[in-house]
Amino acid sequence: MLILRCPYCGVDADETELAPGGEAHLKRFGPGSGDDDFHDYLFTRENPRGVHFERWRHAHGCGKWFHAARATDTLQVFGTYPAQTSEPPKEVLALIRAARPGWSWREFA
Amino acid sequence: MKRYSAFAVAREALRYHTGWGRAWAAPTPNRRYDVVIVGAGGHGLATAYYLGKNFGITNVAILEKGWLGGGNTGRNTTIIRSNYLQDPSAAIYEKARALYENMSQDLNYNVMFSPRGVIMLAQTEHEVRGYRRTAHANALQGVATEFISPERVKEIVPIISIDGPRYPVLGGLWQARGGTARHDAVAWGYARACSDMGMHVIQQCEVTGVRSEGGKVTGVDTSKGPIDCDKLGVVVAGHSGVLAEMAGFRLPIESVALQALVSEPIKPCMDVVVMANTVHGYMSQSDKGEMVIGGGADGYNNYTQRGSFHHIEETVRALVETFPMISRLKMLRQWGGIVDMTGDRSPILSKTPLEGCFINCGWGTGGFKAIPGSGWGMAELMAKGHSPLTEAFSLDRFKEGRFIDESVAAGVAH
Ligand SMILES: Cc1cc2nc3c(=O)[nH]c(=O)nc-3n(C[C@H](O)[C@H](O)[C@H](O)COP(=O)(O)OP(=O)(O)OC[C@H]3O[C@@H](n4cnc5c(N)ncnc54)[C@H](O)[C@@H]3O)c2cc1C
Ligand SMILES: [Zn+2]
Repeated sequence: MLILRCPYCGVDADETELAPGGEAHLKRFGPGSGDDDFHDYLFTRENPRGVHFERWRHAHGCGKWFHAARATDTLQVFGTYPAQTSEPPKEVLALIRAARPGWSWREFA
Repeated sequence: MKRYSAFAVAREALRYHTGWGRAWAAPTPNRRYDVVIVGAGGHGLATAYYLGKNFGITNVAILEKGWLGGGNTGRNTTIIRSNYLQDPSAAIYEKARALYENMSQDLNYNVMFSPRGVIMLAQTEHEVRGYRRTAHANALQGVATEFISPERVKEIVPIISIDGPRYPVLGGLWQARGGTARHDAVAWGYARACSDMGMHVIQQCEVTGVRSEGGKVTGVDTSKGPIDCDKLGVVVAGHSGVLAEMAGFRLPIESVALQALVSEPIKPCMDVVVMANTVHGYMSQSDKGEMVIGGGADGYNNYTQRGSFHHIEETVRALVETFPMISRLKMLRQWGGIVDMTGDRSPILSKTPLEGCFINCGWGTGGFKAIPGSGWGMAELMAKGHSPLTEAFSLDRFKEGRFIDESVAAGVAH
């Protein structure tokens, strides 16, 4: 069972208490943007075999959205953090680099 | 290739089965092929087979990082049906279903296709309306389905409880020529036929990079060394994003785990496939007597072939309610596969931004049934540059807003 700590209420929540929300830190492109940007924002996903930043909602708890850094090839969880940020916190990135030397991804590399 | 036949069985019986040859060769890779296919699942093998059979292209290698059919092709619940809503879906799935009817003869390999009939239960008013609509669409598409009453469902499936308290059975979408086939045999049969045409099926050969020059594909790097090719077909299901990254583009796909399980074998009790999409449970009985069960996919990205236990619980709970007699059954095995989900729940068969590189993916939770039709269309696409079967499934449909929306029609599609 996947267990994530909700960064708001501090609860170690079982997966059954949470609702997955897909890739985090997507850059939003709206009206007036180019077709390619709009397409990528709506449909294209990183879907890495490795470290994934993603959104979760503490659906059967405090109800708030948060972010998690998790490995899709080992199911290791590196950490969770509040959603009010456009990139992962330094501590989480440091944990990932310690576990996976040489890891890089997009602009968070 | 020695043909399999009743006569061959008798002949071998008389000489203590010493004359059976290998079903397919285990070659070392050449330095170059006209076409390289990545992934020896059903779709990759079928693509290679029809490249040879329909277009005479046989200088082909199929590269597989694990073993033949060890991906989703050997992990699914083998449901075959073609009762989709949209016209492009009906065309490719019905082509596939029709090819399944003669596959054993065509490949000279018994794939145990069993057109036993598939019922999709309608358990809410919304589903009743949805399936009636699908039945009408199917009539126009020339796909034989009908919407049947709860009483008729009970007649076809005596072990079902149609008046459950929460989700009574209100009817069903019945496709009499849907059914199941032996999944491993489909991979093995195609592999044997490909090998017989001189193609190289190479197992334990992982593609680790895609080579290109001036925007055109020139070959791949593999765990068995570099291999050049003119055309590359990427057919790796859950790993499509990984291969796309090697080839320098991204996909509208998320990889998630989908699980299945089988019970201990029991006497024959249900001779059709039953799908209950509202409650996420699917069941059929294998020839060995095991109840073969599938459910819903996980909601988060995963490459580990391990799914979440609560989905199994959810599925089993729903099926016990629907089929009370299975409540004492013991489950024997459970496993997972990594499925490649698109937003409109339809596959992608397409050229890619890299010239000479084609992709066949996005079959998600429901591509076993499509294997022959997909291979047929993909081969045409790779040989000629276009195919009426695959046209609508191109990668640019998302940008152009031409979705082939099967998510509403099927809820979950197996
Ligand atoms: C539990 C479960 C139940 C299902 N039930 C049904 C059902 O009832 N009916 C139905 O129609 N469909 C069903 N499906 C879906 C169906 O199994 C798939 O859509 C279909 O098998 C996909 O076939 P494929 O050939 O595209 O992929 P796969 O069979 O997964 O083949 C892809 C191959 O590519 C290989 N590969 C990956 N990366 C590399 C690399 N770098 N180099 C070389 N090789 C590589 C993999 O090892 C794999 O063998 C189910 C799936 C699952 C998991
Ligand atoms: Zn919380």
